[in-house]
Amino acid sequence: MSESPILALRGINKSFGAVHVLRDVDFNVYPGEVMALVGDNGAGKSTLIKCIAGIYPVDSGEFYFAGKQIHIHGPRDAAAYGIEFVYQDLALCDNLDIVQNMFLGRELRTRPLHALDEGTMERRARETLASLSVRTIQSVRQVVSSLSGGQRQTVAIAKAVLWENKVIVLDEPTAALGVAQTKQVLDLVRRLADSGHGVVLISHNMNDVMQVADRITAMYLGRVAAEVSASDVTHAQVVELITAGRSGNLGLQPAEAAQSA
Amino acid sequence: MTELKPQATGKTTAGIRQAVGEFAGDIGALNLKEAFFGYVAKVRRGDPGALPALLGVIVLLVVFSTTSPRFFTVGNLANLPSQAGGYILLAMGLVFVLLLGEIDLSAGTASGVCAAAMALGLNHNGNLYNVLKGGTFGVYLAAMVFALGIAVWQRLWPAAIAVGAGTIILAGGFASNQPTALLLAVCTGTAIGVVTGFLVAKVGIPSFVVTLALFLAWQGVVLKFIGNGGSLPTRQFTAVNALANKNIPPAWSWVMFVVFVGGYGLVTTLRSIRRRRAALSADPLSLVFLRVLALIVGGGLAVYFLNQQRSPNPKLTSVKGTPWVVLLILLLLVALTLLLTKTAYGRHLYAVGGNAEAARRAGIDVARMRLSAFAICSTLAGCAGVAFASKIGGVPADAGSGNTLLYAVGAAVIGGTSLFGGRGRVRDAVLGGLVIALIPNGLGLHPQLGAAYEFVITGLFLLLAAAVDALARRRQAV
Repeated sequence: MSESPILALRGINKSFGAVHVLRDVDFNVYPGEVMALVGDNGAGKSTLIKCIAGIYPVDSGEFYFAGKQIHIHGPRDAAAYGIEFVYQDLALCDNLDIVQNMFLGRELRTRPLHALDEGTMERRARETLASLSVRTIQSVRQVVSSLSGGQRQTVAIAKAVLWENKVIVLDEPTAALGVAQTKQVLDLVRRLADSGHGVVLISHNMNDVMQVADRITAMYLGRVAAEVSASDVTHAQVVELITAGRSGNLGLQPAEAAQSA
Repeated sequence: MTELKPQATGKTTAGIRQAVGEFAGDIGALNLKEAFFGYVAKVRRGDPGALPALLGVIVLLVVFSTTSPRFFTVGNLANLPSQAGGYILLAMGLVFVLLLGEIDLSAGTASGVCAAAMALGLNHNGNLYNVLKGGTFGVYLAAMVFALGIAVWQRLWPAAIAVGAGTIILAGGFASNQPTALLLAVCTGTAIGVVTGFLVAKVGIPSFVVTLALFLAWQGVVLKFIGNGGSLPTRQFTAVNALANKNIPPAWSWVMFVVFVGGYGLVTTLRSIRRRRAALSADPLSLVFLRVLALIVGGGLAVYFLNQQRSPNPKLTSVKGTPWVVLLILLLLVALTLLLTKTAYGRHLYAVGGNAEAARRAGIDVARMRLSAFAICSTLAGCAGVAFASKIGGVPADAGSGNTLLYAVGAAVIGGTSLFGGRGRVRDAVLGGLVIALIPNGLGLHPQLGAAYEFVITGLFLLLAAAVDALARRRQAV
């Protein structure tokens, strides 16, 4: 387990009007590890992710990338630092094929004429999918509308992996998938971490979390209840942290928890 | 990371597949048989492409040639390009807007405005200020400047240059000769498109409403330009008149044929060979040859046919060769197809039409894309206006109104462009335009039937095409 985080958030606060959605949130992502971000609906997981993505500006707090302080003002900033996001709705265009989707917005062009460099893009797409040991996709020239849910999720993840990046955030990647497809995606997540990326996995599914996560950050009503190693907690303890904010010695003290509620 | 290297020794289908590795499906069909089955599967999966339009053309040709002996003659069919020309140009522009899932109902009357501007310039020695009087001229100029401002603000440089040129020509009264008058027509189209796009993309009014309002407004503008019940002639201006009424000489028609078909054949063959060698997905060479052969036969027959003498009185005048409008359409077909398939802009256009939210998250400026699509559509409407004027011999006070736009939309949809966005090609406009023009061409040989049949049959074809589109969509949704 690496000790210094590749991405660190300190004291993040975010309000929407009178609603204080994030309170003094500290969040860490370690390279080569899967950090699961869990919490009930309304705990602030999606908001936290969108703050990292630059979609919402934070009210206060700091971001640190590889130890140095950074500022994120918009989605391009996050991408520039090598933080990629796979949103829950995947953001794929059904009328384009896999290669076109993977390079959308960042197409490679040929030198003199600025035409699309189809050959290189196709090759890179295939290499990326092969590096993720994807076995179920027949051709990178298939239109995305003809792929199954798990395959689309794979393409969305491959799109994030394609570029040089350090951190990948996945928002509920297995929410709409069946058993076999879930296994496929979780294997992929594990491989991503094993290849050195820092992976953030937002999930409601405790089974997925216990299966693939190295560490778990549990949120409760806008605060971080606890950040623990997956091997140090049981399933039941995590559930308690999510629903009550504390579990035995772990979690928020009663006073803090009351303040959030 | 797995290295994907095809082995040089793999000559058999199985050998090549093994060599390519995990994405064996990538190379695509390896021979004609596989390509055919792949095509059938594609059609059944909900992407019929140009098939409905081709079937439509064949059905119409067969039906009309059996009902009238005069249909399949040079004298009749040679009129098809100039009859279809304006609609094809209009439809080409509409493809860009339809790809985004929008509609431009004002394209027809916009073409009328552009043609009227051109005709005014030519007939009044470029001095539109004199003809239109202060108020109208002032509004026209102000609108051009406004469009220029928007184009610059949105960094649409080609549009800005076009509108800028148009403004200079208008303000300086330079539209006295054909090149500048034609330029004024096209650039006025660009300006109209920029304003329309601004209202749709930036102000946020639905395109249906904006373009319906402008459809009415432009009719008024044409009326103001031309004058009640009148018409401005264009027959005396050689270039404008030649577009729909004169022909490229037979020898040069063959040269044009060789250049276009030969160029297409060369490009597609080289591409297939190059990609195969690099183990990328490509059509099999046999399929490429088949396509090129079909074009050679089809195009060659058409040119030969058109080169026959078809003048009703050969001793008086000679009428043979390919209509000039065909060259214009071919040039635009090539240019616009390259724009849509080989540039990032074209790729982004398809993306916005497929999933605008995904495109936005990928960093594409969706509003700017919409604006540019409307600008391109109306620019082509300007070209269409010139083609219509050429065919009629002038610009009437109701230029571009009536069914013009509906026929153009019908052409695009019949050709295979989806009304829901995300699917369509420029060649759809050409094929669909031929279908749309064949109907009045064939029915015109039976004058006893009247306009009623033409309307009903055209409407039914459009309905059929839209039904195919809807059914195809349903198939595609997995």
